Parts: sequence; C-alpha cells; structure tokens
Amino acid sequence: MKKLINDPTKTVDEGVAGFAAAHADIVRVVVDPPFVVVRQDAPVPGKVGLVSGGGSGHEPLHAGFVGFGMLDAAVPGAMFTSPTPDPILEATKQVDAGAGVLHIVKNYTGDVLNFETAADLALAEGIEVQTVIVDDDVAVKDSLYTAGRRGVAGTLLVEKLAGAAAQRGDSLDRVAEVARTVNSRVRTMGMALSPCTVPHASEPSFTLAEDEVEIGIGIHGEPGRERIALEPADRIVDRLLEPILEDLPFAKRDRVVLLVNGMGGTPQSELYIVYRRAAEVLAERGIDVARSLVGSYVTSLEMQGVSITLLQVDDELLGLYDAPVQTAALRWGR
Amino acid sequence: MDGAGLDGAWTRRWIEAVAAEVARRKQELTALDRAIGDADHGENLDRGFRAVLGKLEALDDDATPGAVLKLVATTLISTVGGAAGPLYGTAFLKGSMAAGDRAALDAAALVEVLTAARDGIVARGKAEPGDKTMVDAWTPAVDAAAAAGDDVRAALQAAAAAAAEGAAATEPLVAHKGRASYLGERAVGHRDPGSESTSLMLRAAADTA
Repeated sequence: MKKLINDPTKTVDEGVAGFAAAHADIVRVVVDPPFVVVRQDAPVPGKVGLVSGGGSGHEPLHAGFVGFGMLDAAVPGAMFTSPTPDPILEATKQVDAGAGVLHIVKNYTGDVLNFETAADLALAEGIEVQTVIVDDDVAVKDSLYTAGRRGVAGTLLVEKLAGAAAQRGDSLDRVAEVARTVNSRVRTMGMALSPCTVPHASEPSFTLAEDEVEIGIGIHGEPGRERIALEPADRIVDRLLEPILEDLPFAKRDRVVLLVNGMGGTPQSELYIVYRRAAEVLAERGIDVARSLVGSYVTSLEMQGVSITLLQVDDELLGLYDAPVQTAALRWGR
Repeated sequence: MDGAGLDGAWTRRWIEAVAAEVARRKQELTALDRAIGDADHGENLDRGFRAVLGKLEALDDDATPGAVLKLVATTLISTVGGAAGPLYGTAFLKGSMAAGDRAALDAAALVEVLTAARDGIVARGKAEPGDKTMVDAWTPAVDAAAAAGDDVRAALQAAAAAAAEGAAATEPLVAHKGRASYLGERAVGHRDPGSESTSLMLRAAADTA
C-alpha cells in the first residue's frame, strides 16, 4: 500500500504538527504528554470545557472540530488506538475554567476505559467531569451480547450541538443533557467498498473482493451486518436508511439533519449521489430535511465508503445546529 | 534456587523476557487482532513494554516484586492506549498491590498476585469467562496455579500451560466483549489476541523462574 508518509511510526506526530501549523489561529498543541489539540483561547472564562478524542485515522474528527462553538480540546491517540489517560487528563486541565468539563466518548472499549481512568484522575484533582458516551451506530443489533453500539458519524452532531450549548453559557449539567439528547435522537449506518491500511501494518485491516461491499461497517473497518455483492448506489442507500428509519423510529413530519459522510476515499460527487437518493426516500416518507451536511468528516483513513446519519431535531436543537462555529473543518455563522 | 521465592530480580527478568517476546511476536499478535479486531495489539504492547524497559533501568537494584509490577502498571497505562493499556495496566497494578512489600513471592503469594490481576481485569473490562477475551487465559491460569501446591515454580509452569490452553480454547467462541463482538459468528475460528498475549506473559514468567 502506497502512502504519502515519511515514517510509519511518525504519521500521527507529523499530521498533528501540520494541523497545528495550518490552524494556529484556532488551536494550539500541547506536546508533552503527546498530543493535545486545544482551542487557542482555552480555558474560556465561565464556559464548560468540551473534550473528545480517540484513535487517529478519523480526521477531521476530532481535532478538526476544536474551536469556537464546538470542542475545547481533542486528544488524538495512535492510529485507530485510544489515547492513554495522561493526555486526556492534560486536555481536561487545559480547558477547565471552573465550570466543569464534558468528555464526549465514542463507544469503543478502549476509548471508554481510558476516558474513565482520566475522569477519575481529573476528579482527584478537583475538576468536575461528566461523560457522555456516543453510540449512534444502528448496524450493531444485539447490544446485550456485544460491547454495544459504536460511536460513529453521529459524534460530529453531538460535538456540534453540545459545543453550541456550552458556547451560549449553559451549565455542565445542561450541556451534558444536550449531548445525551442528541445521542438519543441520532442514528447512523455505514458501508465500505474497500478497506483501509493502518500505516504501520503491512496489510489492510480487512479484505473485500472486487465485487463485494460490507454493510454496517464501523469506523475502523470492523465488519457490520452483512457482506453483499456490489449494487447500484440507490439500492445501497435504501439498505442503509431502512434500519436507521426503523430504529428511532423516524416518522412522518419529523424534522431532521441529514449527514452524508464519506469514509475518506469516496469522491464528493458520489456522496451527492448518495444524498440525492437519501433525500428522495425521506421526501417519500414525509420527513422534512431541515439541514444537510455532505462531506468526509468521520473517516477511516483511505477507506472507500459512506455513512448516513439522521438527527431528529426540534427548534432548540436546530438552533444549536445553526449556532456559529469556527473550527478547521466546520465553519459557519461567524 | 529450588524452594526459594521469586524475588525482585526475577520480576525484572520476567518483564524483560516479556518485552523481548512481545517485540519478537508483535506481527503475530497484530495479525490475530487484524482478523477480529483493529490490527494494533502487537504494536501497542510493543510500544508499552519498550517504555517499561527504559524505566526499569532507573529502578533500584533491590526493588521488590511489587515495586517492579507497579512500575510496569503505570507505564503501560500511560503508553499503550486502546483497551489493552487500561486492562493490563490494571492487572499489574492490582498484582503489585497484592505483592505488597514482600521481598519474594512464595506459591501462596503468587496465587494472590495472579488472582488480584485477574480480578482487576474482570472489574475493568466486565468480561466473563467464555466472552472470548484475555479473561479466558487468566482464569484457568489462576485456577491451575492455585491447584499446583507449594512449589512456586511448578505453580508458574501450571499457570503458563493453562493460559496457553485457555488462549487456544477461545478459537471456537463467539466474542461478547471488545471489538470482536461486532463480528458475531465471524469471530469463530480466530484466537483472541488478548488471550494470546496473556499466555505469552505467563509463559515468560515460567521460563524465567
């Protein structure tokens, strides 16, 4: 696998360094312990601090969402590997302005365990921390016999809306409640056409035949519901939307934010082909697409694939979605 | 040396042997993880144990088994990441607490250490035997050590053999915890990488005793 890298062991370091240099107006980077990407003006007086993080390889998640109206800090781990508690604790300290800190954690065993440990350590240092676990992935059916539903592209919406709540001055309890509300109303399902290769690994994380696709994939290429023969885009969109719509369930006259997310190796033009069909199906169902977001935001390195996310919104949530945001990857209203 | 307890020097030899074995077999561990996880177990453990080797040099020559285990714990927690970091970190931390300030471990103390390590992993990861995790290597190892009698070296040999069998026995299982749990039936036929690294660690313990 060809990669545009210098040294497989330095891909995260060099990527974070470049990110910091490119977006010095928005973030600063703490390098000891490695690595914490912090909002330039953190801690913001009186504001609840938002910290997220996880394995690298999902860019622009999470560092790309650090800035006004969204995260106060992101903690990038090694490639596809949760960060350790030390940098999570450091991020928590960097953003704490006395109003408490919210940890937004994707539901993966490693992320949950490391953030749990960091929250204990922060508490021991007198910082109030609440944790919201994001688990929006409908592909995982039987949560009783698995580690539970995974946190995938819906994480972006949890971070955006909770970030807006924190920015307007909500208390820690209230920001955490917004995050939990968003998580309870957001559903995602993804698929892959091709695998991805972790830089230090010699082989792809999984294999798919030329004519095969994986439906229900996670953001590390973990398999989902089924492996099927490649079909036209519209058929695949139907396969992704059906379980999402059934799960909440989304009903006629619901208003939604529709996020069509690329996995890293999918052209924007294909994402719009997916969007076209998704919007068509939602219109048929009488579901009102109040806002749309189309792009590669929660990725798996160079994986080809897409995920569809629906968030059911009311006026308050829509207001939080529309609120100004200024980060490297999302910017509007400011 | 027969009959003498396992002292701090042994603990250090053991950990050095684990580091060497992890480095030698990291591709193999990562390959097991690629099949049913996310292809990083070998790399992550190697990064952790290389950091441990660096810190061992600074430790006093007369450090107790508990002190060595504590250093391993804190280093793994802060360097490994993923699920393996907190799980093995907790195991070594609980093990070090069970070892206390004893200068050497006899068979009974060894069983206490192994039991505490296993219980720590179960408490953190909430996995039960049969969930296709490292608990499936730890639990038979603890039981075998406890049944082995008063000879601490025989107890370690029994633990290592039982862990290896436990790791092999994860192959036909469906996973209920961790990333492999998303695979359902497709995890069947693959060995759990955490159970294999546990087996590696206990084998190194027996071979250095």
